[in-house]
Amino acid sequence: MSIAAMKTDTTTAATAVASAKPVKALQTRVTARLGLMLRSTAVAVIPPLISLAALLMIWQIAFGRPGATLPPPTQVWSEAKDLILDPFFINGSQDIGLGWRVLTSLQRVIVGFSLSAVVGVVMGAVVGQSVWAMRGLDPIFQILRTVPPLAWLPIALAAFRDSNPSAIFVIFITSIWPVLINTAVGVRNIPQDYRNVAQVLRLNQVEFFFKIMAPSAAPYIFTGLRIGIGLSWLSIVAAEMLTGGVGIGFFIWDAWNSSRLPDIVVALVYIGVVGFVLDRLVAGLGSLITRGTAAN
Amino acid sequence: MAAYLKLDHIDKTFRRGAVESEVLKDINLSIDKGEVISIIGHSGCGKSTLLNLIAGLTQVTSGGVLLEDREVNAPGPERAVVFQNHSLLPWLTVYENVSLAVNKVFGGVKTRAERHAWIMHNLDLVQMSHARDKRPAEISGGMKQRVGIARALAMEPKILLLDEPFGALDALTRAHLQDSVMQIHAGLKNTMIMITHDVDEAVLLSDRIVMMTNGPSATIGEVLTVALPRPRHRLELVADPAYLAAREAVLKFLYERHRFVEAA
Repeated sequence: MSIAAMKTDTTTAATAVASAKPVKALQTRVTARLGLMLRSTAVAVIPPLISLAALLMIWQIAFGRPGATLPPPTQVWSEAKDLILDPFFINGSQDIGLGWRVLTSLQRVIVGFSLSAVVGVVMGAVVGQSVWAMRGLDPIFQILRTVPPLAWLPIALAAFRDSNPSAIFVIFITSIWPVLINTAVGVRNIPQDYRNVAQVLRLNQVEFFFKIMAPSAAPYIFTGLRIGIGLSWLSIVAAEMLTGGVGIGFFIWDAWNSSRLPDIVVALVYIGVVGFVLDRLVAGLGSLITRGTAAN
Repeated sequence: MAAYLKLDHIDKTFRRGAVESEVLKDINLSIDKGEVISIIGHSGCGKSTLLNLIAGLTQVTSGGVLLEDREVNAPGPERAVVFQNHSLLPWLTVYENVSLAVNKVFGGVKTRAERHAWIMHNLDLVQMSHARDKRPAEISGGMKQRVGIARALAMEPKILLLDEPFGALDALTRAHLQDSVMQIHAGLKNTMIMITHDVDEAVLLSDRIVMMTNGPSATIGEVLTVALPRPRHRLELVADPAYLAAREAVLKFLYERHRFVEAA
């Protein structure tokens, strides 16, 4: 809004030397555009605000009476205000803002997810390209991908003998399957026409991967990555509840053990918002990169 | 004189499980340098299979394809293909589609500037340099096919293979592109083999028309030499007796002697 207002100023100044009539016309045009912008913002923002208010109200009514099992919004606000207002405070090694905890969890997710993205895309490309690799590996993948994230944790703890690599491994093993399987499907669906072009040009394996396979399968790959990042975020919270240490998952477990229910509510909101942002980030990156591919 | 391209007793059998189907049988054909050959026949007669065999995209069952007396059995840029559905890569611009081919074929031979000039030269040939920064989705079907031709020509092929290149286009666009192909051929004197199911197109463009019998086990039924002088102009040919005679010969072959029974 401030930019639009500034624009009005400069344009008015520039045309002020001319007659007053066009200036007025310009002003009305700018105000009209401003009004339009305001309206479209309002249309996007007001409905979710209304439903949020309604939700809070129902919550307040349901748990506002004395003796309720869960805290109402007013109690969450009064008891966990510091957590809501300042995400980045440090009052000691175990008393830090939720922003820091989320960042610690995100760090694990980024390491685990990056690993699964690279390994998943490469293995997916192999499985999609080779009929024998698919016949041999696909049944195994189909079985392994149904194993819940936390079921891997004991094995990971036994293998790594440390909680941090175990948590990263759980993220890796959870998020690799959608990446791998989607990449394989994308590679299998490369049109024969593109393969013919590559053959006539005698592209080698590396050139084929970068010039034909990756761009052609990119929409599938990004679908897989988007599901994968969602699963990573799901599993990190669960894994951290068990492994302990710093992290948003352990914070919830810790809060539960010391009966700080309002803190848990705030943490849930943090987790939801971060998960949403992660999903949007990967989706945005995908649509940026696959701009040309989807058409035609 | 040895032929430029020789198809020597080619058979092609497709095998799916225990079922074998012989698609092509005993194909023999010699093509000279600079000749334009059309292959015409009813659908399902194996025309496209024959073109894929020459391109090396499909392997012969027996016999051989000889280009300048050397057997070819794998695809390569010296036998560039213009595909029926253009096959441009949708994530690349017109320029990048052609440059992919040019950089691969001439990467070690030409400098960057020479390659750029060569790409633009080929886009000029098909009158598409104005759309160099557009993506395939942003240009019409005829334009896409032009770019497909430019990409194939840019490989400087010994033989240009065209697989029903104008089949998906409307009649007016098709006529424009046929004229372009004739112009290009007049300038480059390149060898072309074109699959078509359009009798007028075959007569207008080619030096010889190869007529295929119906499958299974299709083979070359007749080869008609079109003795019309070049350059040819479609308007002047409309009433030309030699043109009409050639047209009649092809039509008679297709609809009298080798009627396609299954076509209802």
